[in-house]
Amino acid sequence: MLEKKAEHILWLENIRKVFGGVVAVDDLTIGVEKGSVTSVIGPNGAGKTTVFNLITGFLSPSSGRIVYSGRALNRLRPHRIASLGIARTFQNVRLFPQMTVLENVMVGRHLRSAAGIFFSSALPPAWRREEARIRQEAMDWLEFVGLTGHARAIAGNLPLGSQRMLEIARALAIEPHLILLDEPAAGLNSRETIAMGELIEKIRQQRMTVVLVEHDMELVMDISDRVLVINFGRLIGDGTPEAVQDDPDVIAAYLGE
Amino acid sequence: MQGKDTAGLIVLILGLAAVPWVIGNDYYLGVLIFAAFNCLTCIGLCLLMGYAGQISLGHGAFVAIGAYTSGILTTTLGWSPWAAMGAAVLLVTGVAAIVGIPTLRLKGHYLAMATLGFASIIHILAVATVDLTGGPSGLLDIPRLSIFGYPLDSDRRYFYFSWAVVVVGLYVAFNLINSRVGRGLRALHGSEDAAASLGVNITAYKIQVFIMSAVYASVSGSMYAYYVNYIDPGPFGVMHSVLLVTMVAVGGMYRIWGAFTGAVLLSLLPEMLSFATDYLQVIGIAYKPDYDILVYGTILLIIMLFLPEGVFDGLGRAVRAGKQMIRR
Repeated sequence: MLEKKAEHILWLENIRKVFGGVVAVDDLTIGVEKGSVTSVIGPNGAGKTTVFNLITGFLSPSSGRIVYSGRALNRLRPHRIASLGIARTFQNVRLFPQMTVLENVMVGRHLRSAAGIFFSSALPPAWRREEARIRQEAMDWLEFVGLTGHARAIAGNLPLGSQRMLEIARALAIEPHLILLDEPAAGLNSRETIAMGELIEKIRQQRMTVVLVEHDMELVMDISDRVLVINFGRLIGDGTPEAVQDDPDVIAAYLGE
Repeated sequence: MQGKDTAGLIVLILGLAAVPWVIGNDYYLGVLIFAAFNCLTCIGLCLLMGYAGQISLGHGAFVAIGAYTSGILTTTLGWSPWAAMGAAVLLVTGVAAIVGIPTLRLKGHYLAMATLGFASIIHILAVATVDLTGGPSGLLDIPRLSIFGYPLDSDRRYFYFSWAVVVVGLYVAFNLINSRVGRGLRALHGSEDAAASLGVNITAYKIQVFIMSAVYASVSGSMYAYYVNYIDPGPFGVMHSVLLVTMVAVGGMYRIWGAFTGAVLLSLLPEMLSFATDYLQVIGIAYKPDYDILVYGTILLIIMLFLPEGVFDGLGRAVRAGKQMIRR
């Protein structure tokens, strides 16, 4: 049985989520160590994205508790959870398609700026120092993912690989302690997938904790410190990439018996 | 505010300054003053529809509250017009919060349904509370506005005043949409989940922008009352709210300039139609003002089918296509 440790930045305890009569997550207990790259793998429909939605407040658990940095997250709304330092991306990229690439990342600076509706309405942006700062910081995060050249492009017009990079830049712009990436390599070609692996390594070097759901096993085995295997909403494997690869339960879940 | 918008605003100010020198006729100046009232309401409505992605079918009611609060406070209680206008803004802020908070907390277009009901309630109240509003016969002798003792007693003066307020309304709207808050609004229109995941409090922003758009409508209503000096429930029916939404949609709800264009065009349309009446009579068609609503409907239908982004965007595309043809 797992136990909560001090180095766990995120701790899910006996989490259960039921939709109608369907059990999507069943008595799941997992811990994520601070500064690690942890991958969550499992067959389609295993409940991986549901776990992300539970952590980020888009769903609330039917029972169990979620603790982040010593704080219970249950019942907090998504924007509050973001303000505590948890960022995420979505399985089907969700950009603000009508806005420019730069503006998308500028929205990511929302929590790090303060102007309210009165102040924003009264003065033109060019007169406000905060706007210039937001713009500069957003440019820095675009540079981090290598999209500086596309800053003025409309986000919806980017190719999928760049859209995924942009979504990550936007999530990084909130300067999270923990970032959840939902299938960052889905739909990417092999060259883009390698670039994505390098980006995740770079994020880890920023001392952020990374949790990713991913189907690309090469990527998972390459970058993860730890791999969690979920099937039918239950944890069936937990360990280093090597250990998980040799686990008979995991092999059975993936290949069938 | 971005460069293009600033340039547009300067051109608009210069154009407006020239209008009374070109149009000497008080009647047409009056038509343009009414257009200014609609413009102001539509700029606020555009922030709500185009930028926050919510539809209100009750903005006519906020115009009515602005007009009636101004009318009642100045005539029966003898308040100064400016104080009454301010009181109307406060009242509308409260009413919009009461309507908006429960409905905007839900996902989907509950606001449209709630505001539609709200618009009928306000209209019925204006008709039924005879002691307060004068009922169907209305309120008479609403005073005129004056600025620092300088009375706005001619159409030319009121023209400059009302359009100056529209320019301020545009300036505020442009500042807002290019700010941190405006980005939050545009973001939640793009994807509510993504905006929330970045820390944008989507419910609070929707409520704030709804209240702000209601305040635009209230100021427009107060200015209307001080211009015509007489109000009755007639112009504040549910159809007026629908017409306001039509103006924003026809002009193009995704740009402030679009809503502006739509409001001006549809405000001038009845005049254009009455011009056309004379010509239609010649070819044997007896056009009546009752048919106006048919024309509005047809215009909306055509715009939604062929120019879903609105007239303003369509014009922009036509200009770009024209430039390309010249280059070849």
